[in-house]
Amino acid sequence: MAELTTGDDGNSPMDGVQIDLISAERMEGLRTMEKIRLILDGVRDGNIVILERGLDPDEESKLIEVTMGEIQPDGSEGNGFTGIEIETYPGGRRDTSGILGRVLGKNEESKLTVIGPANRIETLHKDENFIRTLIRRR
Amino acid sequence: MGLLTSIRSSISELFAADEPKRIGIYGPPNAGKTTLANRIARDWTGDAVGPESHVPHETRRARRKENVEIKRNGSSVNIDIVDTPGVTTKVDYTEFLEHDIEEDDAIRRSREATEGVAEAMHWLREDVDGVIYVLDATTDPFTQVNTMLIGIIESQDLPVLIFANKIDLEDASVQRIRNAFPQHETVPLSALEGDNMDEVYDKIAEYFR
Repeated sequence: MAELTTGDDGNSPMDGVQIDLISAERMEGLRTMEKIRLILDGVRDGNIVILERGLDPDEESKLIEVTMGEIQPDGSEGNGFTGIEIETYPGGRRDTSGILGRVLGKNEESKLTVIGPANRIETLHKDENFIRTLIRRR
Repeated sequence: MGLLTSIRSSISELFAADEPKRIGIYGPPNAGKTTLANRIARDWTGDAVGPESHVPHETRRARRKENVEIKRNGSSVNIDIVDTPGVTTKVDYTEFLEHDIEEDDAIRRSREATEGVAEAMHWLREDVDGVIYVLDATTDPFTQVNTMLIGIIESQDLPVLIFANKIDLEDASVQRIRNAFPQHETVPLSALEGDNMDEVYDKIAEYFR
């Protein structure tokens, strides 16, 4: 779990938050559901997942759909999963005005994305160049 | 056979052109989607689509009102309105408790809300021909859900109109919405008060003909 990582001495538990930084290269070889599972498995463990390159719109749509299916409103499985908080930098304004922009997928290739459990991550500030988030310990 | 197939195909295309366009009303929770759907349905058919409420996720199933014929300038456009649950990436049942809803009911509503959001996403990928994206003009439009949803709609090449709702309220800022999504037409309105509905219907007829 995120908070019970091992300290420098290899024995004592260390209080902290695990951050998974996932490279574009790692995501490139995965199918849509594999990407979604990689993200949601990390987030459901309480981790913050940062994608070097974000998801495409169809994958984002499926991420929302799968996330909804995994929410346990009554926390019946003891996980209290209420969904995800997701932020993308830059702000997601895509240049689809020209054929070249669409063919090259302009802007869609470089949107750094931060995803975390909704009950632990809160966006304090966001603009086109900057995201500031607060991560709560459990 | 080739000729027959071709004739059949042409005939079905001819009829398909006359079929109503399915226009999905999308947006975050509490933007006024059902109020708008009811306003449009009442103005042109006399019936409502569903109950309105200040409680988020009141609409937890996509509801369709078929064959809404909107007449503008001597011609008409025939649409099916699909009122969808507000899209979000999180649902916490404790938020319902703040609206004096009992815990059991709050849990049930949350479960239905998650199913409703998933259903809305499915409709967007598979079953709508155009989108009206409704935003509450008193709130910040530059949220991740809005930018993601607009991106998803754009990737489907669907015609989209952005409606800046609740302009009857003092804090409303239509310009803030125009600045957030300059690539799309933004139409100001108050679905509750019926303000600027003439322009709303002009734009629906223009975009979804």
